[in-house]
Amino acid sequence: MTLTAPAPTAVDATLLDFHDVAMTFPNGTVALHGVDLTVKRGEFVTVVGPSGCGKSTLLRIASGLEHASHGTAELSTSRIGYVFQDATLLPWRSVRRNVELLAELHGTPRAEREAKAQAAIDLVGLGGFEKSLPRQLSGGMRMRTSLARSLTLDPELFLFDEPFGALDEITRERLNDELLRLFSEQQFAGLFITHSVSEAVYLSTRVIVMSGRPGSIVGQFEVPFDMPRDPDVRYTAEFAELLGEVSHALREGHGA
Amino acid sequence: MSAELTEDTTGDTRVVKSVRRSRAGRRGQGPARIGLWGPPIALLALLVGGVYLLHALLGERAFLLPEPHVVFGKLWDPKTAPDIWEALLHTTTVALVGLVIAIAIGVLWAIAMSQAKWVERTTFPYAVMLQAIPILAITPLIGFWFGYDFPSRVVVCVMIALFPMVSNTLFGLQSVDRGHRELFQLQGASRWTILTKLELPAATPAIFAGMRISAGLSVVGAIVGDFFFQRGTPGIGALIAKYSARLNSAELFASVIVASLLGVVIFLIFGWLGRRAVGQWYDFG
Repeated sequence: MTLTAPAPTAVDATLLDFHDVAMTFPNGTVALHGVDLTVKRGEFVTVVGPSGCGKSTLLRIASGLEHASHGTAELSTSRIGYVFQDATLLPWRSVRRNVELLAELHGTPRAEREAKAQAAIDLVGLGGFEKSLPRQLSGGMRMRTSLARSLTLDPELFLFDEPFGALDEITRERLNDELLRLFSEQQFAGLFITHSVSEAVYLSTRVIVMSGRPGSIVGQFEVPFDMPRDPDVRYTAEFAELLGEVSHALREGHGA
Repeated sequence: MSAELTEDTTGDTRVVKSVRRSRAGRRGQGPARIGLWGPPIALLALLVGGVYLLHALLGERAFLLPEPHVVFGKLWDPKTAPDIWEALLHTTTVALVGLVIAIAIGVLWAIAMSQAKWVERTTFPYAVMLQAIPILAITPLIGFWFGYDFPSRVVVCVMIALFPMVSNTLFGLQSVDRGHRELFQLQGASRWTILTKLELPAATPAIFAGMRISAGLSVVGAIVGDFFFQRGTPGIGALIAKYSARLNSAELFASVIVASLLGVVIFLIFGWLGRRAVGQWYDFG
């Protein structure tokens, strides 16, 4: 993987570029095979697939936590945010101190990181909870804290590993809307992993369908709905039709 | 601990209050406290009554079981009390010095093992062996090497109290959540940063749990040392040996009770310290 300076002038610049990526684990499991994938500025790409299809591995390679055993994975920015499946908050730190953590690890001066943390906390609607400990928060609030923590890095590319998978549907839908709002306001690109087809279609500008064993891409769909997205788009016939097509591709891929 | 919670009036106080309530319930206040302390106190009363009964039944051999008020009288009797309290102070000093050394060595050793796998592979078996060595068997050897005074007593305490510190700290450092570790890795955090900002804070509950076990063991070590090392100020163990040899049963009971209470008090103090340190985010037993 190579790290190069971002090119700020190019509006459609590619932030992430996977070329023929394969991943074979030491025990012989083939997690990914022949994956080509790009994420450009302004895009919100969702990868949907059954559990165990290697979609998390895809994200781990993108972030540098794992290295592809074949092919190239090029990342054109160093400002990446990574949101894990769990909120991964440090239980002994308050919301504020958790949100400050990443800036602290980068050696940002105290005053600056406090200001950044406060801005991020306000952005995710957690104002007033700065002093609360993670155990005092609901699952949705913990995930908001986790989002705020990544936002302090001003990421150009946001990687999400099924972040709302453990939440109830009401909280999940609310956080989906929050995420769309942040996407419109903050101008980051997103690569979002999920196993929910409706979440995938609702959130993204492009949906990628993966099948398992070995994980490979079996379909891609452009999502035509405007951003910022109207929540009611979910109840239109076009949305339902796209949902059907994605689901169909998932089933086909699974059968193959 | 509650100080920080009360400050939080700007936030959603409902959340904070509910946490406080559940915590109060767990600690046992009001009626809950009676439920917590009532049964053991009732059992104690029953036992004390039983002792009086047995004392009366033993007749000529009643000296085997002195009456509780006589035993407790010894703790205020000007003839015996100064000896007992001074011995207790000495034993406490030995136990605490030994404990502090055991904590320091234990935590540093565990950190070394967590940082380098080869240190763990090479030395952890010996930590386990330390645990398996019968302390009574090597106590004479310790006297032989370090003399029969204060240093030897401390060495016995360290040897007996070290293992729980090592194993608990190591367990704490190694049980760090994988997601947390990756969170730090993604930011390119150094080993030192990971140790100080992640592993050590995460290990604090385990370290305090280890301290509580080690504190009790250190008291045992101080008393065991007394039986073997007769030089210097005698501790409570030396007094127990003396009273036992002279068949001073009331004095013997009094010093045994004092030694036991020392263990209990130290256990409670370290439990309290643990709750102070991590109780806000961890249910420290």
